[in-house]
This record gives sequence, structure tokens and C-alpha cells, in this order.
Amino acid sequence: MSLVLERRSERSVALALASPLLAIALTLATMTIVFAALGQNPAAALAVYFITPLTDGYSLQEIAVKASPLVMIAVGLALCYRANAWNIGAEGQLLIGAIAGSGLAVMMHGTNPGPWLLPVMLLAGALAGAAYALIPALCKVKFGASEILISLMLVYVAGLLLDYLVRGPWRDPAGFNFPTTAEFDSAATLPLLIAGSRVHAGLILTLIAVAAATVLLGRTLKGFEIRVVGTAPRAARFAGFNADRLVLTTFAISGALAGLAGIIEVAGPIGHLQPDISPGYGFTAIIVAFLGRLNPLGILASGLFLALTFIGGEQAQIALKLPQDMTGVIQGILLFYVLACDSLILYRIRWRSPQRKALHGPH
Amino acid sequence: MGLIEAILLSIVTASTPLLLAASGELIAERAGVLNLGVEGMMLIGAVCGFAGAWATGSTAIGALCGIAAGVALSAMFALATIGLAINQVAAGLALTILGTGLAGLIGAPFVGENIIAAPHLWLPWLTDVPLIGKLLFGQDALVYLAIGLIAAIAYVLARTRTGLILRAVGDDPASAHALGYNVAAIRTLAVLFGGGCAGLAGAYLTLAYTPFYAPGMTAGRGWIALALVVFASWRPGRLVAGAILFGAVSILQLHAQAIGLGVPSQLMSALPYLATVLVLVLISRVRRGGSVAPAALGTAFVPER
Repeated sequence: MSLVLERRSERSVALALASPLLAIALTLATMTIVFAALGQNPAAALAVYFITPLTDGYSLQEIAVKASPLVMIAVGLALCYRANAWNIGAEGQLLIGAIAGSGLAVMMHGTNPGPWLLPVMLLAGALAGAAYALIPALCKVKFGASEILISLMLVYVAGLLLDYLVRGPWRDPAGFNFPTTAEFDSAATLPLLIAGSRVHAGLILTLIAVAAATVLLGRTLKGFEIRVVGTAPRAARFAGFNADRLVLTTFAISGALAGLAGIIEVAGPIGHLQPDISPGYGFTAIIVAFLGRLNPLGILASGLFLALTFIGGEQAQIALKLPQDMTGVIQGILLFYVLACDSLILYRIRWRSPQRKALHGPH
Repeated sequence: MGLIEAILLSIVTASTPLLLAASGELIAERAGVLNLGVEGMMLIGAVCGFAGAWATGSTAIGALCGIAAGVALSAMFALATIGLAINQVAAGLALTILGTGLAGLIGAPFVGENIIAAPHLWLPWLTDVPLIGKLLFGQDALVYLAIGLIAAIAYVLARTRTGLILRAVGDDPASAHALGYNVAAIRTLAVLFGGGCAGLAGAYLTLAYTPFYAPGMTAGRGWIALALVVFASWRPGRLVAGAILFGAVSILQLHAQAIGLGVPSQLMSALPYLATVLVLVLISRVRRGGSVAPAALGTAFVPER
């Protein structure tokens, strides 16, 4: 007996819709076993991760705040992945965006600038993120170097640059030697959507990004090009689509969105630049993109779900004394199941016995 | 011991985990499977290696625990990419995310604990030869194991039937399948071998490199090992040269910091990553036009019936 895959004659639409839900169900089942193995009450632990955060207003706000950068980055990554361009370094592009925008805030600190400052900071963050993403894209297009490895190496470089700036030239002189810049002036911080909460205007930009990507993919020639280059590279060449230029375009867009997410985090919820500004948003966004089936609206939903695991993880740390890394385990398992379930859309799994194989053989 | 000798010794120590991880990945990639999960497998190998040695007091058992952990994690990857034909890039990333999380979970109680580092083998007389004595005859056992491993890989790939079949599966799985070879089984074994090597490479970090475990202690070495395979053009001999080169960059970076060149320490720490980018670009540029990568690298193989 062996396990074999049979290509389906047509894509199963029902499975395409059901597969993310199936992946989540399988993840919950696996986590039940993991929690039991750790000596926790599985039902109680799952409730802390996936239900408690949904029951109070503060946690719901936090889910929205955490989902915002995830969705924004994942929307850009989805464009890349659809075009078969592998940007894995969104985390670095996020950091560079945060650095570029914060540079302006640090320079203008205490000068009482006009209302132009914040929009320029956001623009600088997006441009810097795009420029940083173009490095691996150009290396791929010009020299054929692996965009995967180069974008990843640049994550470490960006992290070290951030560390240098907040410990060195940009450190707040009045900050008791903590590695942080001064708190941003009010002209350099994002306004809140609801007074007294943490829900900030960045959420609106995220929703705009989702809408723009939906239109781009579904209604424009560029979106068509992305889909054709990704699914049928040969057909794309015959149609005269330039795959190299598409790599540059999609990397630039995804880098810009990651950079924008970075400066929004700093100018919004955090309020100053410090060594750790992201709990791995750039990497988690990869899971968000796949769970959302590389579709902007799907990504909106999956971003909220992944944000739930972050908030649940924080609560589990307090209530169950489970380490923060449990969130990473849940996210990794979820990505495996998402990919596995996606495979079922293309293939049918069959158990095949050797005897049957012999019947179809050449004899 | 002179400074030069000390630097050379530490370069060998820094090169060994890179060589081990890259050797395993070389075999997996030669069979046509790109496993981007090396960083995750190394990290889990580091934790399990430490845990094994901590519980038993034995470096050898620690090393075996590291190997077993790497194999177990790579089995998940094999099931996903070979059994279910999942995209290898995405599955490799999932493996790294999962491995990092699991390592943090398993390693939490071990942070701050210490073990005795793997002993160095001192051969009488030979180790006393100036300069090269300790370099050639005074390393820990895992260094010699890594060298033996890469020599064996070079021999098997170039001279044996097994090597021929492995390369055929990586270059043209459809033909290998038509000839009656079990592509899925061969690829699975190659991936498991790669996982074992990555696990051992991680274990080397906690067993010989530093006698303690710290979260995220691989610090991108798994990714650098992946770049090394590209740098080596999938050839074992060049892999050794590349590992020593990268080991040297990471050690000289430390020494440059110690003597205080007036350069920010973060810039020096960024050197290995910047060197990797530079090397990838230069290598790809030289090779532009004729790729030497296994032809079927990164593509799933599902036999049509």
C-alpha cells in the first residue's frame, strides 16, 4: 500500500473555500494534543487563546491594532507570491520604513512643525521600504541571485541598523540611558480613531490597501499580468509580459506596504523608536497571506485570526504561564495545515495497493 | 598559544556548524528538494542537543538527540513537500517558524544552565607541532566528523551508483521514475539526511561552540548555510572553502570589535550577512547564462498515470 496523489481534472471550488477553515480546525485539534502533553487542560487553554480575547472590548481593540500591520504587509506579499516572486524579507522592509519615517520625527523634534510632518513621515517610510525591497529584486533580475536569501539577509542588516541608531546617534539624551528615541511630538504621531483607545488612523490605511489590491488584482491589466506570470509563465512570455519588470513592481509594492506598516507602528501604537518594534509581523504576514489564499479580502479575515493568536498568546503567558513561543508553534503548525489543505484542492489522495498497480502495468 | 593560532582555531570552530548544515542541504538539493527550514532545524537541534547532554552528561548522546530532532522536523517537511506536493519555499518557511517556536518552548527551562563543552582530542606530540599542531590534531570530535562527512559526500556523489541515482532524481525526476527508481523514497531519504545534518550542526553550537543555550542562538547560520550551497555551486569541495571563508568573516568580525577600530559594533555584526549578499550576487553574476543548480530543484514531482 502506498500513498499517491492524483491530479484533479478541475479545481475543487468547494474545497478552495473550505480549506482555510479545515486548516484552522486541524490546528485546533493538534493544539489540543500539545496542550495535553504540556499538562494543561486543553479546553481551558484553547479558550484562553481563541475565545477570551473576543470577549472584552480592550482585547478586541488590540486585535484590530495587531491585525492592521499583518494585513497591510500580507496584501503586498500576496501580490509578490502570485507573480512567483518570493519576498521573504518583509520584516527588514518594515524596520527600514520605521527608521526612515522616525528619522524625520527625530530631526523635527521640538521644532513645532506644521501638519505636513506626519504625511511626509508615512511617505518616507513607504519609499524606504520599497527601496529596500528593490535590492533583492534587482539582484534577482540583474544577476539571477536568489531573492529569497538576499531579502532574508537584509532583515538582519536592518535590525542591526535600527539597534545602532537607537543606541547611538538617535538616543534620547533624557532617556535614562534606555535605547530609545525621544517620544514623538504630537505632530509626528498618528491620530486615534476612538479617543481613549489604542485604535489609530493606520487602520484606515490598511483598509485602503486591501481595497486597492482587490481592484488591482481583479480589475486591471497589471493584476491580470501578475496572475498570468504566476500561474502560466510560458503563456505570459508569449503574451509579451515582462516577468522581470513584474518582479521589480511587486517587490516595490510589497516593500512600500511593509515600510508603511513599520512607520505606522512607530508613529501610532508605540510612539517612539526602540530596538524591538515588531513581534515578527513581517514573517507572520507570510502565514496571513497563505491562509487568506493570496486574496486581499481573505487576508483581511486571516489577519484578524493571526492577531487573535498574538493576543491569546499574551493572555496565555499571564494566565497559564505558557511561554510566548507557543504562539510561534501555533502559527507554524497552522501554516503547514494551510499548505496541506491547499494541496487537496489540486490533488486527490489515494491509497494504492501494489496488486492494482500490477494490473495497470505493461504486462 | 599565539593570537594567529587562536584565530585559526576559532575559524575552524565557527566553520564547522556551517559545513555540517550545508553538507546536508547539499544532498537534499542534489535530490531536487529545496528545504528553507535549515534555520529552524538547527535551532531545534541546538536545544535538543543541549537537553540530551544536560540530562546525561554525555556529548555523544547530546549530538544524537540533536540529529534525531533535525530528522524528526525534516520528516514533517518531507511529508508535506514530497507526500503532498506542497510548495517547497512555503513549507520551508513554515518549518523555520515552527522550529523556532518549538525550540523556544523546549529551551525555556535550559536558559542559564551550563554543560561541559565537548572535549578536544589532544594527540600527543602531533598537537605540539607549532602553528598547525592544534589546528590539525587538537579539534573536538565533531570537527573531524564534519570533515569525514563532506569527504564521504564528495566520494558518493562523484563515484558511486547511489550518487548517480541521487543526481538523476534531482535533475530529471521524470526519467528517473521511468527507469524504475522510487523518486519519492530517494528524495525523502535525502531530506531526512539533510535534517540530521542540520540538527547536528545546531547541536554543535551548544555542545562545542558555547556550553550554554540561548534563544535564537543560530543567528541566521541556517540561512547562511543555504547561501553556502549556492556559493559552492552544489559541489562538496567548494563547500569546504566557502564554510571556512564564512567562518573567517564571522571570527574576524569579533576580533575587529575586540581591538576597537572605532567602527560601530553593529556594522561589524552585519558583516557576515552583507558578505552573504555580496557573495550571492557575485556568484550569480559569474554564472549568468549557465545555471549549475540541479535542474528540478524546488519543483514537486507527481508521477502522471
